[in-house]
Amino acid sequence: MNNLLFVVFPYVAATLAIVVTIIRWRRHPFSVSALSSQLLEKRKLYWGSVSFHWGITVILVMHLVVLIIPDGIDYWNGAPVRLYLLEATGIALAVWAGVGLGILLYRRMTNLRVRAVTTRADMVVLGIIAVAIITGLWTAIGYRWGSFWGTAVFVPYVRSLLIFQPRPELVEALPWVIKTHVLTAFAFLVVFPFTRLVHIITVPFGYLTRPWQKVIRMSREPGVYHPASKKPLERIKS
Amino acid sequence: MRVRAQMSMLFHLDKCIGCHTCSVACKNLWTDRKGAEYMWWNNVETRPGTGYPTGWEDQDHYKGGWKRDEKGRLKLRLQSKPAAIAKLFFNPSLPELDDYYEPFTFKYGDLFDSPQGEHQPTAEPVSKITWQPIEITSGPNWDDDLGGSDVYAANDPSMNGIDEAIRDQMSEIERVVFNYLPRICNHCLNPACVAACPSGAIYKRSEDGVVLVNEDKCRAWRMCVAACPYKKVYYNWSTGKSEKCILCFPRLETGQAPACAHSCVGRIRYMGVLLYDADKIADVASMPEDQLLDAQLDMILDPWDGQVVAAAAAAGIESDWIDAARRSPVYQFVKVWGMALPLHPEYRTAAMMFYIPPLSPVISSIEGNLTRLDLPDEREDFELLEDLDKARLPVQYLANLFSVGDEEVIRKVLKKMLAVRTYKRRQSVDGEINESTLALLEAAGTTPEEVEAIYKLTTIPTIEERFVLPPYHREMSIETLNDPLAYKGATGFGPIESPRRGA
Ligand code: HEM
Ligand code: SF4
Ligand code: SF4
Repeated sequence: MNNLLFVVFPYVAATLAIVVTIIRWRRHPFSVSALSSQLLEKRKLYWGSVSFHWGITVILVMHLVVLIIPDGIDYWNGAPVRLYLLEATGIALAVWAGVGLGILLYRRMTNLRVRAVTTRADMVVLGIIAVAIITGLWTAIGYRWGSFWGTAVFVPYVRSLLIFQPRPELVEALPWVIKTHVLTAFAFLVVFPFTRLVHIITVPFGYLTRPWQKVIRMSREPGVYHPASKKPLERIKS
Repeated sequence: MRVRAQMSMLFHLDKCIGCHTCSVACKNLWTDRKGAEYMWWNNVETRPGTGYPTGWEDQDHYKGGWKRDEKGRLKLRLQSKPAAIAKLFFNPSLPELDDYYEPFTFKYGDLFDSPQGEHQPTAEPVSKITWQPIEITSGPNWDDDLGGSDVYAANDPSMNGIDEAIRDQMSEIERVVFNYLPRICNHCLNPACVAACPSGAIYKRSEDGVVLVNEDKCRAWRMCVAACPYKKVYYNWSTGKSEKCILCFPRLETGQAPACAHSCVGRIRYMGVLLYDADKIADVASMPEDQLLDAQLDMILDPWDGQVVAAAAAAGIESDWIDAARRSPVYQFVKVWGMALPLHPEYRTAAMMFYIPPLSPVISSIEGNLTRLDLPDEREDFELLEDLDKARLPVQYLANLFSVGDEEVIRKVLKKMLAVRTYKRRQSVDGEINESTLALLEAAGTTPEEVEAIYKLTTIPTIEERFVLPPYHREMSIETLNDPLAYKGATGFGPIESPRRGA
């Protein structure tokens, strides 16, 4: 059972996330969208979306930082004050994201206009993230101090997966709350390519460097772009 | 000089009868779909009025267009690039559906299916989004013909700066005045929608200047909706993609005028090619306000000028396009006769649709039951020409719409139009042109020959004179991708997938 949940499941999830995303991106680019519902409802979205996104994005980035430089985290946590600071920040962000998510869920369920564009997939996504935030907070508060022992448990576990020498025994003895938190991450990967979650990898940083205007010409001139083409003819003449 | 071509439309506002045929033609062709019900790529507004979406000209509120900062640099009013990334989760300047209206229909089935009862059944209105009964409080052209209304006309953002006394007068029932303003996307030379799109999904085609959204690249960041000062990009709430007027490019490519222009009952619309100098765009857009209009018009090049023709040919513009540019009715009105102006040049997008401002009746007064003109009978035309401030629609209002507040520009156009009218009236009523009429033409800066030409293109043009459409040479661009034989008869959209909402 442990193998199934903590070895097979993550690999299946990651494979799906990568393969399906690529297929969707290439074959159905039209379907890739953040599917904003701001036009239909603005006020609640403001409180929900802004808090949720800032909270969840910073937390996810922090998870990533732990994974990449666990030694740095251990060093930071060497002094108790800094440990408390880190944990308090994490909890505050999670609460912020959680409140935002609550508003988003409430909005999706009560606002008629928003309900008209709400699919089952939207509810599944919000549900998975809700479970992730709740179990994450529970872990942080109930099993102190996560950022301290986490580097010795999760980091080796995730790294073992990444180098294809899985060591599920690392997470075997953890309480079910923490296990659930780990599993929501994999569930997240499973739904990622099938839902609006793909919008996370479309964040348009290219905007920062591109020229303001974009002018395109269809012609036989070399290196010129046909907007309907999927082939790498693309070049922007401005 | 970098020459590019622009397909441009001209609206002769003096001829618009406000019938909305254009809007309906466009709706039937393009936006009669789920998620697009509220989109009016072509709309006709009653002005003075608040327009569609409500108060779209209020850029303090909607943050559309460009502004020039203290150092003379051009900036999007909406955002800097980093701010755009930070505001992806929520765009505070985006209009909400209620700034447009909630699309609705009626439960017509109830008229047939209701059980027998004491009263006639009614068709209840339902929302086309939620399908729940709604109370309709606004709709497309809710303010149609409501000239002088204290809800709409009084809140027109372009009435700013107009004398309080004149504003009061405009809401008196005997002095009410309004005109129609048909609007489509202006296919700007410096489009704010393109500049605001974080995904780079919006682009301008250089061969004809049409501004398009690549729906495959749009990710619903919806910055374009807020950034367009004319509010001519709409967000499809169903597909999660932005959409806008495409200037009927599939029709243009097959030699037909856009549906709005083709169906125009008042025949107010003209289509033609303009050549312009793309090197000047950035400079023009950042001009000080008082030079903006002239600079924008200066960008348009003379298709008879040898240098221009050579540069155009070097830029790959085919000779039949240059020929079309020479016969372009838009060029004729805008550049040769100087009668047409872009809408709100102060937005700095270098809008490429042009308007001939409307004449309006002179102010009259009521004595007893009689409506009386305040003008001596024998010389009305001349009086009006000398004193355009007697026109019911304040010149300043038109100036706020079309010339960054410069009334002289508007006066010049209106004088020319009046001169044409007077000349032709004298000709057909009196049967002769006298000295004073000729003096009038001179005062208006025109000649009998020009007047005849203006009259002809304004009043009795053939459809080929109104729409001078260049051949698109689609076969050449198709060749870049596909075998032209295989694609014969199948030009237009190219390969697309059906627009289904992603999950
Ligand atoms: C950091 C880059 C991200 C950007 C730019 C972004 C942008 C957006 C936008 C524009 C929306 C639509 C909001 C609207 O209705 O107008 C949205 C919705 C959503 N995003 Fe993100 N997002 C990001 C990251 C994330 C992450 C990391 C997650 C989850 C872990 C996430 C989960 C969601 C969810 C669940 C919704 C739907 C909210 C609803 O119920 O309306 N996003 N996002
Ligand atoms: S009028 Fe058209 S081209 Fe100009 S900014 Fe708006 S949508 Fe873009
Ligand atoms: S069809 Fe022509 S006359 Fe009628 S409202 Fe539209 S622009 Fe005006």
